[in-house]
Amino acid sequence: MGSTFTFDHDDPNNAFITICRQADYGDGPLSGIPVAVKDNISTAGIETTCGSKILKGYIPPYDGHAITLLRSAGAAIIGKTNMDEFGMGTTTENSAYGPTRNPADPTRAPGGSSGGSAAAVASGLVRMALGTDTGGSIRCPASFCGIVGLKPSYGRVSRYGLIAYANSLEQIGPLAQNVRDCALLYSVIAGYDPRDGTSLELPPPAPLKPEIAGKRIGVPTEFFGEGVDLDVASVVRSGISRLEDLGAEIIPCSMPSMRYALAAYYVTSMSEASSNLGRYDGVRYGTAPDSFRSWHDAYSQIRKSGFGEEVRRRILLGSFALSAGYQGKYYAKAQAARRMVRDDFARLFRTVDMLAGPTMPCVAFRLGETSDPLSMYLADILTVPANLAGVPALSVPCGTAHNLPVGLQLIGKHYAEDEILSAALAFEEGSA
Amino acid sequence: MTVIIGLEIHCQLNTKTKLFCGCSTDYRDDGPNTHVCPVCLGLPGTLPVTNKQAVIYALRVAKALHCEVPAFSEFARKNYFYPDLPKAFQITQYDKPLALGGYIEIEAEGGGEKRIELTRIHMEEDPGRLVHKGSGDRGRYTLVDYNRSGVPLIEIVTEPQLSSPKEARRFLNKLRATLEYLGIYDSEREGSLRVDANISIKGYERVEVKNITSYKGVEKALTFEITRQKGMIRRNAQIVRETRHYQEARGVTTSARSKEMEHDYRYFPEPDLAPLEVSSWVEEIALPELPDARRDRFMQQYGISQNHARTLTGDLKLAEFFEEVTSGMPEIAAPWTADILLGELNYRDMPVTKVPNLHYRALLEEVKKGSVTDTSAVEVLRLILNQVMEGQAPEMPGVIIARLGLSKEEGESFVEVVASVLKENEAAVADHRSGKAGAINFLVGQVMKATRGRADPKEIARIIGDLLKD
Repeated sequence: MGSTFTFDHDDPNNAFITICRQADYGDGPLSGIPVAVKDNISTAGIETTCGSKILKGYIPPYDGHAITLLRSAGAAIIGKTNMDEFGMGTTTENSAYGPTRNPADPTRAPGGSSGGSAAAVASGLVRMALGTDTGGSIRCPASFCGIVGLKPSYGRVSRYGLIAYANSLEQIGPLAQNVRDCALLYSVIAGYDPRDGTSLELPPPAPLKPEIAGKRIGVPTEFFGEGVDLDVASVVRSGISRLEDLGAEIIPCSMPSMRYALAAYYVTSMSEASSNLGRYDGVRYGTAPDSFRSWHDAYSQIRKSGFGEEVRRRILLGSFALSAGYQGKYYAKAQAARRMVRDDFARLFRTVDMLAGPTMPCVAFRLGETSDPLSMYLADILTVPANLAGVPALSVPCGTAHNLPVGLQLIGKHYAEDEILSAALAFEEGSA
Repeated sequence: MTVIIGLEIHCQLNTKTKLFCGCSTDYRDDGPNTHVCPVCLGLPGTLPVTNKQAVIYALRVAKALHCEVPAFSEFARKNYFYPDLPKAFQITQYDKPLALGGYIEIEAEGGGEKRIELTRIHMEEDPGRLVHKGSGDRGRYTLVDYNRSGVPLIEIVTEPQLSSPKEARRFLNKLRATLEYLGIYDSEREGSLRVDANISIKGYERVEVKNITSYKGVEKALTFEITRQKGMIRRNAQIVRETRHYQEARGVTTSARSKEMEHDYRYFPEPDLAPLEVSSWVEEIALPELPDARRDRFMQQYGISQNHARTLTGDLKLAEFFEEVTSGMPEIAAPWTADILLGELNYRDMPVTKVPNLHYRALLEEVKKGSVTDTSAVEVLRLILNQVMEGQAPEMPGVIIARLGLSKEEGESFVEVVASVLKENEAAVADHRSGKAGAINFLVGQVMKATRGRADPKEIARIIGDLLKD
């Protein structure tokens, strides 16, 4: 039985690029629940821009797999949320549609790149939202906005319809005000999809119950290393003590491959991005100048004016890293470093059930605070290892530092989303 | 000057659907952009899924050509911008191809077999196609048709072991026959095979010729390029290592602007596809009878010559046709089909599949019975083929023979005609009497002409001999 949801809120934080005031919905576990979707997930009939000028006006003819699942679960899709252009950023300021403000403090950025989804949830405009996470893009804004966000294992959620930034790293995942809603949305979108060659056939998610007693939780010293804000570290350490109080066994450990993680992440993601973003040439979608120049000139004109600065930077760096004569130095080395990260996780998970630490090394940035791209890249140090290894990771609110939300990150074994969600639920509810 | 040629052959596999999506590959009779979907249009967010059938087809080729299939191979992205390439990269295979090594045996100059070794076989997707409106470089606009985008291709790369355009043609004929026998390729689909060739004269730089889109083009393009290179050497001009385009219409190769070819394709493994671990599939592939085996069987089973057997098995459809019509009279069917019918078909550019079996078989029976002469039978065959070409229902040979009065008559009924021919050609008669060998043939020819081929030439020769003895 179909009904229509009317969405009549304002959007004071600029969380949305597109708002659907009237959204149809059906029966199912999400029946009538308003859900926001990050603007890099293809939605049939709803403009999908990836936060970029180059895709302005692009209305996809097809739904991504996660959207199909949302619709059949009865959700009302009420809009497309703001993001760093093509997912490239940690603040949602790199959007052609203006920055999003953090509902916890409107002078601050919500984090990114799924900042619009996080702000929409944190401000109560929607109960839950879909984001995507390539190097922390769900967990970072969840941490900065004080909500729950999950990056599923690679292969758990179909990427069909996720507009690629870095294919080998990214997953679609849920953001919600609490662990139960996060797990609910996750249970809807998880599952095998034959249209995604990297999708896996796995048992469906188990029902959620708070469970943490007896779990062995590793805490790598590197998670509290150089660059981690002392107040943030202290809030997260007391969060980890609460896990211990709930019956978990805390095991100090080490993850030496962390020192290669950022370089491996940026070389891999920029290389893949330089290839993925080649298709935006103005021939099939997006705006194109009515030009009679050669196609070479038309392409470079369209791409120069259509992409923002950060996207152009990453395309150039990625093209360089893949080019003849340099590929061995950069791309191939990054893959070797990636294997070291994966091996480190595998080694640790032989003795612990999950890892814990801060999601981000800091609290939310002030709008316009960081204009230096390199220091922005450094903020991803704690989130990228899970993407490099393909393991699941979530961020759950853990308290505040500098009067701003701080997230606790739990990283699980491959396909052990249930285990980290159950632990997060116990942590959130304060019961084991 | 020794010629060295290596070939790269791109061949479309005739799977029902494209390499990475479910669109049909049978687009040639349909309008532009009617066999497309979000995946083969490269729309944002779409993902490729490998068509298992295409992999099996490619493995069939690998097995038939004696290649090694490594335990692990993978797809890679070849990045470049071009309007016919909707993702701005082609999914192909780079340093880990599906198959390595292998060979094809071709007929060597002066008999025997020559083995041409292969470097590799890999799979890739075809790009779309550009349609230029207006004329020349200054055309007003270009349209893009993505029907071809994503059609599965295999690329077969040979070692530089071919030594003449003729060998290259033999190699391609053998390859085409093998691919057709394997049931993975349809040569009648336009543009289903494209060749790039590396050509050099021993001791000089090599030149790559791209864009050869037909079998006939290969021999022409190679011949042109070899003549060009030899001419340059004779003039002491320097041959530069370069890429040239073959201009089919003019039959020449022209230098590609070097800037256009300065590509860095930035290959890297395709992250959206799992590696191919398919070497174990090879065992399960059952190969059909291939051209060499069929050739040997034809010689043994039908007692026909190696040359006839080679010709008849060099094309799957022709081999099948031969086996359908030959029953009980291979000694007539083999030369008729390999020598006469094939010539008539080539002359008309007509596929053997259009020849009506029933009519052809009936004609061979008339020949066997001796009710028509060979000359008359060829006339009947031509008439039948022309009727088919013109879209008419062909007449049976018996009907044509009766209608045109082509029935072979006994020699004696031509005695009068022979006598008058001898009378009219006294010079030739004198030559014959003085022992000139060709004279009798001339006289027989004149009689055949006068009888419109209804007489048996041997019989006529006998009658002429008898008459001149008197």
